Amino acid sequence: MKNYMKLTFPSDSVNQSFARSAVASFILPLNPTLSELSDVKTAVSEAVTNCMVHAYRHTTGEITLECETFGNVLHIRISDTGVGIENVELATTPFYTTLDDEERSGMGFTIMQTFTDELKVTSAKGQGTTVYMTKIFTDGQTDAE
Amino acid sequence: MTVSAKANDNSLYIYLSGEMDEHSARAARIRCDDLIESNAACCRLILNLAGIRFMDSTGIGFLIGRYKKAKLLCMQIFIENPEPCTDKILSVSGLYALIPKI
Ligand SMILES: Nc1ncnc2c1ncn2[C@@H]1O[C@H](COP(=O)(O)OP(=O)(O)OP(=O)(O)O)[C@@H](O)[C@H]1O
Ligand SMILES: [Mg+2]
Repeated sequence: MKNYMKLTFPSDSVNQSFARSAVASFILPLNPTLSELSDVKTAVSEAVTNCMVHAYRHTTGEITLECETFGNVLHIRISDTGVGIENVELATTPFYTTLDDEERSGMGFTIMQTFTDELKVTSAKGQGTTVYMTKIFTDGQTDAE
Repeated sequence: MTVSAKANDNSLYIYLSGEMDEHSARAARIRCDDLIESNAACCRLILNLAGIRFMDSTGIGFLIGRYKKAKLLCMQIFIENPEPCTDKILSVSGLYALIPKI
């Protein structure tokens, strides 16, 4: 079955928990295992938090979160129209961060990559960033949980 | 996220629980550093993560921040009882090389 949803919300940190919980609820019909559910929540939280702390630093902007499911495959798209990333390859390197002094570890993209099956980032300086992630579920129905 | 603590002669135990993200970490940072400073005589700091139900990379930065604080005060720092979801993110990031799990 095909299903989709789209949310837009302001980049207020209070929405971090809402955004990941919304995706977690949306994917429940796919019978994710507990660990798959937790992986998706973490990956979404990384991308949404990046919009809040980097894209719209010192301002508030709009974040768009879209999800699409086809069978046991989930596609996620999270986008902002903030400052953008000049060098995506560099930004996605483990431990690379532009906010060292704020207790950021530079592991966000590495975690998105590890916790999903595919990560793609497109960005243009001054225009914004879009993060695409794909997660394939093993189908919890055959799971003994 | 909630923060509570217990101290004996040489060890300070800090219990973190709830969801650790950028939103919740702000207040927890201040609370933890206050606890560490007021128990600076302890030579061991144990961060108990049993109550943490969610963590993203903010948690890694948070833990490294407390590691630096503890180092300044010559305290040894350890992590105790992470849930599987927390354990995964801490393993992936290599954090246990800095803060051993006991
Ligand atoms: N949506 C975004 N808009 C603009 N810059 C971004 C965005 N997302 C990431 N970046 C840039 O890419 C860098 C790496 O991001 P990543 O999430 O890996 O680490 P971080 O956010 O700096 O630290 P952590 O996620 O570990 O707290 C950031 O420091 C920032 O410069
Ligand atoms: Mg990040």
